[in-house]
Amino acid sequence: MLMLFLHIFFFPIMLVTPAAGIIKPEQIVEVSLRHEEFHSSEAFVDGIPQNWWSEDTRDKEVILVVHVQVPRTLKAFFSTHLSLFCPGALTSKLQFTMDEEYDVIVLGTGLKECILSGLLSVDGLKVLHMDRNDYYGGESTSLNLVQLWKRFRGNDKPPAHLGSSRDYNVDMIPKFMMANGTLVRVLIHTDVTKYLYFKAVDGSYVYNKGKVHKVPATDMEALKSPLMGIFEKRRARKFFIYVQDYNENDPKTHEGMDLTRVTTRELIAKYGLDENTVDFIGHALALHRDDHYLDEPALDTVKRMKLYAESLARFQGGSPYIYPLYGLGELPQAFARLSAVYGGTYMLNKPECKVEFNEEGKVIGVTSEGETAKCKKVVCDPSYLPNKVRKVGRVARAIAIMSHPIPNTNDSHSVQVILPQKQLGRKSDMYLFCCSYSHNVAPKGKFIAFVSTEAETDQPEIELKPGINLLGPVDEIFFDIYDRYEPVNEPSLDNCFISTSYDATTHFESTVMDVLNMYTMITGKKFSTTNFSSLIFKFGRRKDTGKTTHLVHGSLVA
Amino acid sequence: MATIGHNNLNAKLVLLGDMGAGKSSLVLRFVKGQFLEFQESTIGAAFFSQTLAVNDATVKFEIWDTAGQERYHSLAPMYYRGAAAAIIVYDITSTDSFSRAKKWVQELQKQGNPNMVMALAGNKADLEDKRKVTAEEARVYAEENGLFFMETSAKSAANVNEIFYEIAKRLPRAQPAQNPPGMVLVDRPAEGSRAASCCS
Repeated sequence: MLMLFLHIFFFPIMLVTPAAGIIKPEQIVEVSLRHEEFHSSEAFVDGIPQNWWSEDTRDKEVILVVHVQVPRTLKAFFSTHLSLFCPGALTSKLQFTMDEEYDVIVLGTGLKECILSGLLSVDGLKVLHMDRNDYYGGESTSLNLVQLWKRFRGNDKPPAHLGSSRDYNVDMIPKFMMANGTLVRVLIHTDVTKYLYFKAVDGSYVYNKGKVHKVPATDMEALKSPLMGIFEKRRARKFFIYVQDYNENDPKTHEGMDLTRVTTRELIAKYGLDENTVDFIGHALALHRDDHYLDEPALDTVKRMKLYAESLARFQGGSPYIYPLYGLGELPQAFARLSAVYGGTYMLNKPECKVEFNEEGKVIGVTSEGETAKCKKVVCDPSYLPNKVRKVGRVARAIAIMSHPIPNTNDSHSVQVILPQKQLGRKSDMYLFCCSYSHNVAPKGKFIAFVSTEAETDQPEIELKPGINLLGPVDEIFFDIYDRYEPVNEPSLDNCFISTSYDATTHFESTVMDVLNMYTMITGKKFSTTNFSSLIFKFGRRKDTGKTTHLVHGSLVA
Repeated sequence: MATIGHNNLNAKLVLLGDMGAGKSSLVLRFVKGQFLEFQESTIGAAFFSQTLAVNDATVKFEIWDTAGQERYHSLAPMYYRGAAAAIIVYDITSTDSFSRAKKWVQELQKQGNPNMVMALAGNKADLEDKRKVTAEEARVYAEENGLFFMETSAKSAANVNEIFYEIAKRLPRAQPAQNPPGMVLVDRPAEGSRAASCCS
């Protein structure tokens, strides 16, 4: 007796008759489909479509699922014959309930893993996403006060004067987002922005000769900055104008220099800038972590400076940075939702998550609680495959709860201060990061400050002192050192794609670069926001360069 | 949180309840006036907006469906964040779904904001002959826990608009914003864009 159960998914709204049923032996079933556009009646208010963010505005896709109850040996037979049911115009997937297989299993819900999960689900891959913890975010989560005390003080009784535990969202990997940076582009092009609210960060400062100064980013700001003497200001202004006018595609703006050959050192020498100026330009504007950039082609530094200036212009805040309300822990959750909306399956609180391999060392699945889910590829953070990563460094950090903003930052309720390595006689920069109740990460009147750096010693308390000295009095302070790992496996051999641990930088550019490289390795596709934009358009997303674009019968109408 | 501007109220509304209770069907009936006999598990559509006129104001609901993340109890805290209202849905033909609805109420009391308007919806009221949960039992539970209760049918449309109207009426009007709300990022060329779009 063969019994076929017919089951049809709606993607998203389609009238399908019959929607489900049983195909008996010898019986032929015809399935008809009717598309419907989705618009609520008050679609336009002040010319703005009120439901433009409805998620059911993408390609219409139908998945015909046929549950086949037959002996296993007949599976192959049905697999070939059932595909005949599916009209060529539709994407068809046959799912056999007897062995569920995923294209990708993602382990860990850190930001990198969640972005990848979202992108891969949008690509149409079948994704299972698991985490051993019962919360989202892994290493990049945000903790409330009780969780923070549990983690660093070994008990869960924070003092009452700090206020309600749930008013705190303390980032474990504190970073700001460049307002015009790659993460923002990914957020916009995936439409994940609709789940999040952002606010500009008040200030961007740099430590120079024992003092904290606002970072000048434009020629006008350079003129006002006390960081430089009067003659140096003029030279710096000329350099800023050169960078602002520089256009990679317009040789007239290059002033006869090929920046793919000229080193940063040579470019800066042409403008005669002194060491101090070079230091803040390289570290606080171009956001280099050490001094290697000086002997590398200048193009990278010029592009980074332009990113800084464009980001600064974008929201007219006092800094080029933005930060989500309620903390960074919101980001992985938002990308996880994107993944779920596109069919990704979520399981938290899954102990063990053991990756299984075949004799050739290729990944075949993941086991948790005695059940093995099969998959072709595994994406994970370093903690899930400790045998395939190596330690590459350590980050030392301090987390402080305070009742005042960082002194000398013009009362900024959110701020970054960069302490360039040279100013401290170190090999790597130190970063200060502060946010507060104005971003809903602490109760009224409270500030959370972080000091972090690539650890060069085993004593974070001593090593971080130059940064901590800038904070003023603190209510509470926690010290911590964590190891950073990078993968050493060959993904083409084992199909395991492992992210690199988060570094000490206070912004996301390096994080997103790792994610996009992994995306290319996993899918074989180059990720650029332009490509991605067209990918999203396939699904009917409507925005590109500010214009509203509708997907109408498969073609783009701007 | 509900935010106000020009007599317009923006309110995030979240749906909770077990798989198959009819969360998505309720929303589809409300937003589109449609019902699908074999609505599949929520994949794809999980975010809707619908505007209602109540008395002299309009309430724009931003309705979040679970996107299937409730299936293995993996809903993110972000889901509850800032929600002004919630509908907890159960199926009147399943005592299991009712007892799990109570768990969702507990979860909401733990995660959600205390002023949230909560509605309990006993869905599939058209299936009277298969009823396992009495209206009385649910009403008593709802009263004890500060929810308002209605039996609904996404299939027949009974009480569907009513439950959303009732929520709209109950939303607190004069809620002082604790913080100026943040902005939603929109795509626009970097040059020349001087002001961020604001969410309210």
